[in-house]
Amino acid sequence: MEKFLGFDYPTLWFLVIGGLFTGYAILDGFDFGAGAWHLFFKKERNRRIALNAIGPVWDGNEVWLVIGGGALFAGFPVMYASLFSAMYIPFILFLVFIIFRAVSIEFRSKEEMNWWRKMWDISYSISSTMLAFLLGVVLGNVLQGISIGEDFQYHGDGFFEFLNPYALMVGITTLALFMTHGAIYLLMKTEGRMYEKLTALLRNGMIFFIVSFSITTLYTLLYIPHLSDTFKSEKLYFIIPLLAFLSIANIPRLVSKKKYRMAFIFSSLTMSFLLILVAVELFPTLLYSTIDPSFDITIYNAASSEKALSIMLTIAAIGTPLVLIYTIFVYSTFKGKVQLDDTSY
Amino acid sequence: MDVEILSRIQFAFTIAFHYIYPPLSIGLGLLMVIMESQYIRTGKKEYETLAKFWTKIFGLTFGVGVATGIVMEFEFGTNWATYSRFVGDVFGSALAAEGIFAFALESGFLGILLFGWNRVKPWVHLVSTVGVFAGSMFSAIWIVVANSWQQTPAGYHIVSTGIETRAEITDFWAMVFNPSSMDRLMHVWFGAFIAGAFLVMSVHAYYLLTNRHVEISKKAFKLALVVATVFSIGQLVSGHHSANGVAENQPAKLAAFEGHFEAEAPADMYILGWVDKEEQKVTGLKMKGGLSFLLHYDFDTPVTGLNAFPEDERPPAVNAVFQFYHIMVTIGMLLIALTLLGCFMWWRGKLFNRPWILWIFTIAVLLPQISNQLGWFAAEMGRQPWVVYGLLRTTDALSVSVSENQVLFSLILFFVIYSILFLLFLYLLDKKIRHGPYSEIPDEGRSLQSDMADVVSRK
Repeated sequence: MEKFLGFDYPTLWFLVIGGLFTGYAILDGFDFGAGAWHLFFKKERNRRIALNAIGPVWDGNEVWLVIGGGALFAGFPVMYASLFSAMYIPFILFLVFIIFRAVSIEFRSKEEMNWWRKMWDISYSISSTMLAFLLGVVLGNVLQGISIGEDFQYHGDGFFEFLNPYALMVGITTLALFMTHGAIYLLMKTEGRMYEKLTALLRNGMIFFIVSFSITTLYTLLYIPHLSDTFKSEKLYFIIPLLAFLSIANIPRLVSKKKYRMAFIFSSLTMSFLLILVAVELFPTLLYSTIDPSFDITIYNAASSEKALSIMLTIAAIGTPLVLIYTIFVYSTFKGKVQLDDTSY
Repeated sequence: MDVEILSRIQFAFTIAFHYIYPPLSIGLGLLMVIMESQYIRTGKKEYETLAKFWTKIFGLTFGVGVATGIVMEFEFGTNWATYSRFVGDVFGSALAAEGIFAFALESGFLGILLFGWNRVKPWVHLVSTVGVFAGSMFSAIWIVVANSWQQTPAGYHIVSTGIETRAEITDFWAMVFNPSSMDRLMHVWFGAFIAGAFLVMSVHAYYLLTNRHVEISKKAFKLALVVATVFSIGQLVSGHHSANGVAENQPAKLAAFEGHFEAEAPADMYILGWVDKEEQKVTGLKMKGGLSFLLHYDFDTPVTGLNAFPEDERPPAVNAVFQFYHIMVTIGMLLIALTLLGCFMWWRGKLFNRPWILWIFTIAVLLPQISNQLGWFAAEMGRQPWVVYGLLRTTDALSVSVSENQVLFSLILFFVIYSILFLLFLYLLDKKIRHGPYSEIPDEGRSLQSDMADVVSRK
């Protein structure tokens, strides 16, 4: 098998997709999180500031989803097909909310009427909340495994099978993490009274996250034993959960010192460590079969041909630096506290 | 109804709805680049006002376009799992390239395009506008490449792995430059430019009719008229080229376009008609041997007809394909006539003082939209019963694990949401148009007054 930097192509592609999803979680994570807090701001001006804090960037953040989804489709078509058709309802709901959210952001500012703005505020906040939650639900199902048969097809039944206890827990934890992350982002972008209010909200967010994260971790250790297999066989990997816990613990410390930029870096790091943890737990499996382990979808039986993977690595190698350049350019243009002007939402 | 029909309706519905917006974004993008360059070149304030005004409308179309665009990517996985497994290896690189080269570019610069007017230098802003426009053009490249590969597969081989059969890529550039991709790309780009130009003409014709924003509207209208004329004529050339390609690569589709049944006979060309599939007859107004002439410059050369193919390899809905194709062509011709008429009256100096022509241009905005939609319907329905021509049937491309109820649920959901979305879009578009190009002041009359007041008070 062809290798690059010591990795075979499916492994390399697994890392690329992992990287893309991590980037997506960090970026859309803060704007979903900011959206989930939206109804906690009562004044029109504060809501506008909150919205405009993510205004110029939310659309670019969603690009990561499109690219990540495209990369999964391209790299592991079998996984893409099985996961998406198995998780039909959550993915359709995800689409519905992503449309509602985009529409709410775009349309809210277009009319002055109180009811109009309130309506879009509610729809924006609910859809942001649901999107964070649904991402977690899908992740929970992936971690736990679903009924995949010999033919790589889903053999589960029922409309609501995706809503099982573990998926719910991961969903809520994801939401809590995004809310913490989003509140820190808003703190970097606001000043005055709103800033005061956010410090209180952030404290609640952190408690919410730490509680839900602890429960989920406990449940994972007790009831989803296959996820700790890798760690039992190779102790060195323990460093990853360790780093994750340390970086979580560092967030409240930095927040109490009002170092929000650093706190934001650490909430981003937390997401990265947690997703690396997920990657280590899964690898080389992509989707566990609850019917028979020999039906597991892995990076090897799901991958595209080496030729296709090498073509796409070339595309990624050319494209990624370009994306980084203009992402940095856009963020630096809009850096600092939010200023409302005639082009704002 | 079964899962196949429901899934097809859902995909057709979501993609047709989506396709209202990208052509407008691409077309408006081109006009915004022209307007903004004119502003920087000449320094005339009117062009800046125009660029800002159209950027706002662009923001609206782009926003809805993005929101409804992610849906298709997901649907490949949710509804068409077997298809995804079959094409992923080939299709994937095109889709990945779209995401990273095109979509990231346009969405990245969109922030500056919409919100950066007061934050960056004019030329940096122009670079962002060009970036967004280029991104939307690139987007079209990769999507059309992927779709064209389904029409005329190239650069692949079929591999069977026991559980499944799939196409694997062997030659990236052969896949990109598959026999139909460039013809179809031109056709899509031109269609988009025409759609954008007609929207600009429609809005400014309306202003001229109601005597608002007169000077600025004349400028914008002329600009858009030039774009519309060039590309309407270009579209005829591109369409002709494209049809030749279809004749060569997808003869069954071409035969369905013209309702040509006999396996080997000279083919007629219809201006309009009605296909009776059972009797294998077309009733209508025709040019005898017209299709033969168009393809081979000879009225008597035989053209492959539908009967040359086994029953189960012919497009089932021949009459629909025929009608959609013909309406598209008729509208194309109408647009050429209309733009040439516009240019003629401009030359005679009568363009802006004949209300009837302005009325026509106000309404004509719908024509390119209808034509773009029906063209795609003809192309996609003409490919049936295949989803990948000659390789994978639509019936076999479904998600096996998805049930009727699930698809029905999602279809109803999409229908409700898109209806609301469409009404809101129209409402806001109408509002923006009523509001006009000047941001603070409702109309030019007051603008002039307040300008004068400023001048007076300064003295």
